[in-house]
Amino acid sequence: MSRRIRRWNGAVLTVALGGALAAGCGAPGGDAPQAEATGTSPSSAPTCGTAPVTLNGYFETGFPLPKDLADEFTKQHPNVKWNIREDQFAVITQNAPRVLADDPPDLMRLPQVSELVKNNLLKNLDGYAKAFGWDTWPASQLQQMRMVPGGKTRGEGSLYAMGLNFSMTGVFYNKKLAAKIGMSAPPATLAELDDALAKAKSAGVQPIAQFNGGATGGLAFPLQDLMAAYGPPGPINDWIFQKPGATIDTPSNLQATRHLEKWIKAGYFWKDVNAVDYATMMSRFIKGEGLFMFNGDWESGNLDKQMPGDVGFFLMPPEQEGGAQAAMSAPLTFGISSRAKNADCAAFFLNWVATDAKAREIGVKVGGSHPMGPADAAMPEVEAGTVTASTLEAGAKIGKDNGAMDFIANATGAIYAKSWTPQLQKLVAGQQTPDGLLKSVQSDYTSQVGGS
Amino acid sequence: MARRTPKTRGTVPARAAGLRTPSWVGWLFVAPALAVYAVFVLRPIVLTFQYSVYRWDGIGSSTWVGLGNYGKVFTDPDLFATILNAVKLIVFFSLIPVVLGLVIASTIRRIAASRLALAARTVLFLPQVIPLVAAGITWSWLLSSTGLVNQLLSHIGLGGVTRAWLGDFSTALPAVGVIGAWVLLGLCTILLLSGMSKIDPALYEAARMDGAGPIREFVSITVPSLRQEIGVCVTVTVIAALASFDIVYVATQGGPGNATMVPGLEIYYLAFSERQVGTASALAVVLMVLVIVVAIPIQWLTKDRTS
Repeated sequence: MSRRIRRWNGAVLTVALGGALAAGCGAPGGDAPQAEATGTSPSSAPTCGTAPVTLNGYFETGFPLPKDLADEFTKQHPNVKWNIREDQFAVITQNAPRVLADDPPDLMRLPQVSELVKNNLLKNLDGYAKAFGWDTWPASQLQQMRMVPGGKTRGEGSLYAMGLNFSMTGVFYNKKLAAKIGMSAPPATLAELDDALAKAKSAGVQPIAQFNGGATGGLAFPLQDLMAAYGPPGPINDWIFQKPGATIDTPSNLQATRHLEKWIKAGYFWKDVNAVDYATMMSRFIKGEGLFMFNGDWESGNLDKQMPGDVGFFLMPPEQEGGAQAAMSAPLTFGISSRAKNADCAAFFLNWVATDAKAREIGVKVGGSHPMGPADAAMPEVEAGTVTASTLEAGAKIGKDNGAMDFIANATGAIYAKSWTPQLQKLVAGQQTPDGLLKSVQSDYTSQVGGS
Repeated sequence: MARRTPKTRGTVPARAAGLRTPSWVGWLFVAPALAVYAVFVLRPIVLTFQYSVYRWDGIGSSTWVGLGNYGKVFTDPDLFATILNAVKLIVFFSLIPVVLGLVIASTIRRIAASRLALAARTVLFLPQVIPLVAAGITWSWLLSSTGLVNQLLSHIGLGGVTRAWLGDFSTALPAVGVIGAWVLLGLCTILLLSGMSKIDPALYEAARMDGAGPIREFVSITVPSLRQEIGVCVTVTVIAALASFDIVYVATQGGPGNATMVPGLEIYYLAFSERQVGTASALAVVLMVLVIVVAIPIQWLTKDRTS
C-alpha cells in the first residue's frame, strides 16, 4: 500500500510540475505582427462611409479633449459611434504594446512610439498622409512621429502617429508677484530673467515654482530651456531622435547645466523641491507661492480659470536680445493599431480634427494648445489677454524660428526615470556636478541606445 | 515575486481498519489545490526563471543571453544598490517592530485588565487594517516640508533640523523605514501578546518569589517563551523589508536619486517602463533566492526544540 501511494505521489507531482514546466519550452515572445512593407496607398482620401461604424478608442483619463472631439465628430457623422476606454497615461504607457497586440484599438493615445514601431504594432500612416495632404503641413508638426521603419532613428522616415494638437512649453509667471518686484514685461534676455529672479529672492518672493520629487525630475524643464537659450535646438533634437553620434555632453549644454546649478545654489527653487511632485507644484503656484513656473500650455485653460488675469506666459528668453527662441513642443500623439478594423475611418477622424473649423475650435478651447494642420489654416478666436492667447502666440513664434524641440526625457524609454531624474535630484542635493551630470546621462544613453 | 509558499502537500488521512477506500481518493481532495498551486505559483516561478535567461521586451522576439542578466544584477551598481537598500530596511521593518513590540506587549500584558490595554491594542493594530497605499500617502503628508512632523519640531525649537524628510538624500530611506515600522509594529505586538497569554503564570509567580524584578522576568521568562512567535514576527517582517514595494512606491517612487530604490520597485520599473523583462526576471529570481536564504536560518534558529 505504502509503495503504491508513493508511486501515485510521484506520478501526480510529475504531472503537476511537468505542466508547469511545459510552459517553459521555447523562447518567449515572437507572436507580434509582421512588418508592413510600406504604408497602404489609397487612391482617394478614405472616409467613414455611410454604413454604421463603431470606432474603438483608448484615451487618457483626465483630459476631456479626445472625448469632446469624438462627440462632435458623431454629431457631424451620425453613422460613426464610439466605444471609448480610458486609463491614466502611466497605465497606457505600460500597457501600450500589449493592448496594441492583443486588443487593437482603432485610435489610441500613445506614449513615445519607437518601441511600438519596432514591434510593428502601429499602422504606417504614409498613405494617409499623402491622400489627405498632411505632408504639406509644416514639417516640424509631424517630425517627432516619424521613424525609419524598423530602425532606431526617430524624426525622419515614415509617419506612425498623428497629433490632435501640439503643446508648447515655456515660463508662466504670476502677474501680481511680478508687479511686486517691478517686472512690467516678460524678460527679453536670459540676463533679464536672472535679474528678475535675483530681485524676487531679495524681495522675499519665491522665485521659481518647480517639481523634482519622486520619479519625476521636473528640473528637466528649466534645464532644457536653458540649453535652448545657450545653443541651437537642432543638436538636442538629434540626440533625442537617436541620430548616430549625437551627444548631450556639449559645451553649450554644459553652460546651461552650470546656469541651472547657479539657480539652485542661489536658492531660487523651493528648499524641498526634491520632494515636490507635479500636483503640489501646481497647487502652490496657484496659491501664489512662486513667481515663475517652467511648464506647458496644457495648463493654460486651467490657469485662466483658477487665476483669471493674473498669469502670463513667455517663451524662454534667448541669451542675446532678439535671438531665435526654442521650446519643447510635442504633438498630443494618437496612433492607429496595425491590426485596427476601421483604420480608414480613424485616419479620416484625425484629418477632420486638424481641418474642421469646429474641431479646431474645440482643440483650442478644451485642449488649450495649437491645432495641427496647414500653416495658413484659420485660427479659432481666443479672448485677448488670456494665458491661452499668449501660448498660441508663442506657438506661432516657435514655428517662425523653427525652434520646436522634443523633450530630452523622451530620448529613450528609460532615460527620464533612470538618468535625468536621479541626476537632477543629485544636482539639487549638491551630490553631482554639471559636468558629471551630462557625462553620466550620456553614458547611460549610449548603453541604452546600443543595448536595445 | 517572492512570497512564502503555502504548504499544500497532502497527507493521506489515516483510515479506520476495514474501510477499503482506494488510496488515490486522497489525491482527489488534494488535486484542486495542487492544480491551482501549479498554475499560479509554480508556473509563474518557472516562467520567471525562463524569462531571466533571455533578453526580451515583452512583445517581440527574444534573444538567449544565458546568465548575462544575472551578471548584470550583480555588476550594475544601480541594481545591486537596490538589494543593499532592502537589507538596510530590515532594521526598520524588522528589528524595531520586534524589539519595540516585545516591550509594548509586555507592558500591555501587565495592565491587561484595564480599558487602556484594549485601547492600546486597537490603536497599535490599526495600521495593519489601513491599506498600505493610504498609509503611504498619509505619511508623505506628515513628512512633507510643511507637514505635522516639521511643525512639531519647529514648535519645540528644533526648526533647524526640519526638512522634506522624503526628499532628502540622507533621510529618505530612514523615513520610508519609519513608515514600515509603524505599519508592522502592530502586527508584531498582537502576535507577541497572544503568545504571552499562553505562558504559564506560575512561572512568573515562581520568579517573583525568587526575587526577580520586571526586567529579569522579561529576559528570563517572556522572551524565551516567545521563541516561536518572535520567529514568525522576524520572518514576516524581514520578508516585508526585502520584498517591499507599496510603501516606497507611494511615498518616494524610489527617489530622490535612487536613494530609496528597492528590488520590488526596480523589478516593476524594469519590466513595465523599460521593457527589460529579462533583467527584471533575473532580479526577481535573485530576490526570491535572497528571501529564502534569509528566511530558512530564521526558521531554524527559532524552531521550538522541546517539542
